Amino acid sequence: MTDPVIEGIELELLLQALQQRYGYDFRQYARASLLRRLRALAESSGKLRLSELIPLVLHEPAFLDQLINGISVSVTEPFRDPRTLRAIMDKAVPWLGSHPFLKIWIAGCSTGEEIYSLAILLEEAGLLARTQIYATDINTESMRKAKTGVYNLEAVKNAEDNYRLAGGRKQLSDYYVAQYRRAKFAARLFERVVVSQHNLATDAVFGAMQLILCRNVLIYFNRELQERAVDLFAESLVHRGYLALGLRESLRTLPTGLRFEEVDGASKLFRLR
Amino acid sequence: MRPSFSGSVEAVVIGGSAGSVELLLKVLPRLPADFQPAVLVCIHAAANTTQGLVELLAERTELPVSEAEDKQLIAPGHIHLAPGGYHLLVERDRSLSLSLDPPVLHARPSIDVLFESAADCYQNQLVSLLLTGASADGARGSLRVRQQGGRVLVQEPTSAAVATMPQALLALLQPDAILHPDEMAPLLTRLGSSLVHSVPP
Ligand SMILES: C[S@@+](CC[C@H](N)C(=O)[O-])C[C@H]1O[C@@H](n2cnc3c(N)ncnc32)[C@H](O)[C@@H]1O
Repeated sequence: MTDPVIEGIELELLLQALQQRYGYDFRQYARASLLRRLRALAESSGKLRLSELIPLVLHEPAFLDQLINGISVSVTEPFRDPRTLRAIMDKAVPWLGSHPFLKIWIAGCSTGEEIYSLAILLEEAGLLARTQIYATDINTESMRKAKTGVYNLEAVKNAEDNYRLAGGRKQLSDYYVAQYRRAKFAARLFERVVVSQHNLATDAVFGAMQLILCRNVLIYFNRELQERAVDLFAESLVHRGYLALGLRESLRTLPTGLRFEEVDGASKLFRLR
Repeated sequence: MRPSFSGSVEAVVIGGSAGSVELLLKVLPRLPADFQPAVLVCIHAAANTTQGLVELLAERTELPVSEAEDKQLIAPGHIHLAPGGYHLLVERDRSLSLSLDPPVLHARPSIDVLFESAADCYQNQLVSLLLTGASADGARGSLRVRQQGGRVLVQEPTSAAVATMPQALLALLQPDAILHPDEMAPLLTRLGSSLVHSVPP
């Protein structure tokens, strides 16, 4: 087992190689869990040490996808954390609905379950037709999957309760067709969606949004990077726009958090002051 | 085969599963109000079930207790409990991180994840205690604590509601002490006082 201090140096060098070679910057991610994921990746690549991944980063372009998949945690599900979606529907929708045209940003959309969940709720609220949803992530493989709208049938069926808890008024099965063991969401839900690559660590402001969802992404960042991302959100929102975070994410430890007020603390719905 | 141990204990990590809540409610209240080390606890629990335990503990212990929050600074003498459904990790700057990485050995929070990250951070200023449970979680983490020079404690298997977890540890390494529930708080208290520099008998 490697000495933690030496392993720390290896980690620095690996992240620096990745940043210089491809521009992906993970240097401000929360260290402990990043280290765990990279150790697991090294192990599954038959490497004893993190530093042995550096040649792969520099010389094996095919390794990049594997590395990004290894680093980013893409686990998600339809109607995850329904109370936050519910708070958006109850507290933000009245204001959202007062706009002739809506722009919503889902940052860190992963494989897209969250996009379909929100689109369904917006359709039920009568807002989808005048909404543009921008869904972004750094993981291109996840983004590809998001565009297909095809998911494991079991996982979608399991979301029926959460759909209801989020305020859904129909049957979730009204929105997808089941084929074999897959569920494909209705294409109309995706008509107002654009998926693109955007890195919260390095990329810039993303046009005037009324609502931003960034759930279970900040948890992977250190405080400085959280601060950058939240600043980016504040700059990307229109006056009085809404921000939804993951249930265990908080603005409290961040100076830039002062730019927001709590709409529903437990549901992690915030609003630009 | 005991690693050399010097200096004070900065943190105690405790892991448990089936049967461990009752045990924690007995052990933690017996820690003194001036207990110095931070106490980081990982109990296998589903999402939204740990707040109840926090409230129970808060009523009975002298030490402050709370569910761990992401990026929170670890406080001496504070009991930080891993929230159900999230891994709890220790960062080198002595703050806490939560993560939604996949479960490890079917568990999230995972004891291995907590123990390993704590071992990397605190090295020989760490004490780990593994309690009752029906899983092998915590054995690897305890080994890591040992490898970094920390002290490994485990519940005596016959005193455990479910012996699987202590037994998995014992199959992997020889701990510094095998403890009956009654012995846990006194030993932690002794280790926690900064005067202790040698391994107790
Ligand atoms: C756990 S998923 C969250 C998915 C969904 N928002 C949810 O709550 O279920 C985290 C996502 O954040 C993405 N991510 C990680 N770092 C990022 C960055 N710097 N910029 C944008 N997305 C990032 C990952 O690729 C992953 O898809």
